Amino acid sequence: MTTTMPEVRKSAPSADKPARVRRGGGVMSSTGLYVAVGVAAFLFLVPFYILVRNALSTDAEITGENWKFFPTDIQWGNISELFTDETVPFAQSLWNSAVVATLHTVGVLFVCSLAGYGLARIPYKHANKVFYAVLGTLMVPTAVTFVPSFVLVSSLGWVDTYRGLIIPGLFSGFTCFLFRQYFLGFPKELEEAARVDGLGYWGAYWRIVVPNSLNFFAAMATITFIAGWNAFLWPLVIGQDPGSWTVQVALSSYMTNQTVVFHMIFMATAVSILPLVFVFLFLQRWLVQGIAQTGIKG
Amino acid sequence: MSTTTTRDLARPAPAKASSAKPRRGLRGSPTFNFWLFTGPFLIGLAIFVYAPILWSLWLSFFEARFTVTPDKFVGFENYKYMLTNEDFVGSLVTFTVFAAFIVPTTWALSLGLALLVNRLRFMRAFFRSVFFLPTAVSYVAAALIWKMSIFSGVRFGLMNTVLGWFGIDNIAWLIDPNPPWYWLVIVTARLWLQSGFYMILFIAALQNIPDELYEAAAIDGAKPGWQTFRHITLPQLRATSTAVILLLLVAAYQAFDEFFNLLSKTTWGRPPLVELYYKALGESQDYGAGSAGALILTVLICAVTLLQGKIMGFGRGDESK
Repeated sequence: MTTTMPEVRKSAPSADKPARVRRGGGVMSSTGLYVAVGVAAFLFLVPFYILVRNALSTDAEITGENWKFFPTDIQWGNISELFTDETVPFAQSLWNSAVVATLHTVGVLFVCSLAGYGLARIPYKHANKVFYAVLGTLMVPTAVTFVPSFVLVSSLGWVDTYRGLIIPGLFSGFTCFLFRQYFLGFPKELEEAARVDGLGYWGAYWRIVVPNSLNFFAAMATITFIAGWNAFLWPLVIGQDPGSWTVQVALSSYMTNQTVVFHMIFMATAVSILPLVFVFLFLQRWLVQGIAQTGIKG
Repeated sequence: MSTTTTRDLARPAPAKASSAKPRRGLRGSPTFNFWLFTGPFLIGLAIFVYAPILWSLWLSFFEARFTVTPDKFVGFENYKYMLTNEDFVGSLVTFTVFAAFIVPTTWALSLGLALLVNRLRFMRAFFRSVFFLPTAVSYVAAALIWKMSIFSGVRFGLMNTVLGWFGIDNIAWLIDPNPPWYWLVIVTARLWLQSGFYMILFIAALQNIPDELYEAAAIDGAKPGWQTFRHITLPQLRATSTAVILLLLVAAYQAFDEFFNLLSKTTWGRPPLVELYYKALGESQDYGAGSAGALILTVLICAVTLLQGKIMGFGRGDESK
């Protein structure tokens, strides 16, 4: 898991530069290339289209004999129906997810970036041993520890609480590792100048290092937020009472419900996905840069 | 070194306490600061990662049903029980096969998309976004779209509708394990969700290959296309490929979300984690056996990843510095 090539960092700013067509060209004509990409893109977009189409249809149009590509009249009422339905506490679950994903993101960035910086930049004779202790947790897949973690969290009385949903997930060895890799490439001169000016490590970190790393923080925040919003296993285990369900657990409960109301299921899924998709599109540039900056994730 | 981090290089450091001598007292002490920075993380790691692992290890040697503070030591009974449990062992075998299939497939698809996108001259950002977009979608949501619409086993399901145009009968994708069509459902969902992210990694790596290599190859008479791909592109992507495969392997063994949701009422295609979920947190609440199973799975994952590392060679990173 230690694969990181510092050279990769160079490519970060160039993530958007035009392709060099010369490379490997000749196998495929330009038309063929666009046909191939177009078909692939169409297939990748079909699920999104289906989702939105079904979310705005009546059940009859979803399950009917004559499957139409576009529903005849769009059912905007499905949205209000979703939020007034009482069988699944959907609005509550959205709120829970928003709280959990936000606090998760803030917590992970705070704790893991500090640790990553400490490991990368503060000279200490046992730093390597500490780093290997962190690295070791990467070998033990997080999902595998869910049984003992659940045992621990339930003995703390944190089942069905935000604490139980958030705190155990904050200490991500992987995120710490990525931050360390990033800080290894941070220009040393900047911090040294800051320390000559009388700032300690702490001051230099908050006044110089963090403000100059906002791009990377933004990328990590996006990834962490998405992971927090989309997490399923842990919220499923912790959220025993419907009031503490996150949106993923609520969605899952739609699938196992006895009565299947198609347009509601699709509307719920659309509502859970679309905010993230828009945020994602908006932040994509940073994200692509950030991923390139970490070298290779791994 | 990234230029994005040096953009504000000129910003002057706030001149504060400039009379204080640097590196004196606690504030300048590296040892103190090391623990100040890493302390919160390490304490959390000890409590929420190391402690559960150790507790799990301890529980796995006890008969622990409905209790997490057992007193009946049973030695390796739990391990024996899990290793002779057909469902669990069957799922370990199934998921080794699953990993052996999904890992190369995802690798090939994401590399293929990266190569295509990298050659585009127009609408490059658009196509990259399209392939990257599913990264934002959860496994639960994808499972729902796949189960309720695309691979719905009834007439109105999209796949069955399309197959119907060619006169093919409806297929019960998920609720009939013979033939095991449910794998098609799971594999397509996974490819859709995962490929875009790894495509981004490959695009970054592709752009990092020096042009001179291709120029030199052209001078040496290498034909563009397969020859340059085979002898330049692929070897240059080795480090990225190793990392991607490693991440995919771990992800394959940890599959849970989409299986749990797609195959919730079935007994087939259960991944190890679903087995453990039912074992430890289901009716029987058998924490001892569940913990033993978790450790067996961990050992298996470590063995497979180490084997993969040995075969492909871990990329030489700055760890060796």
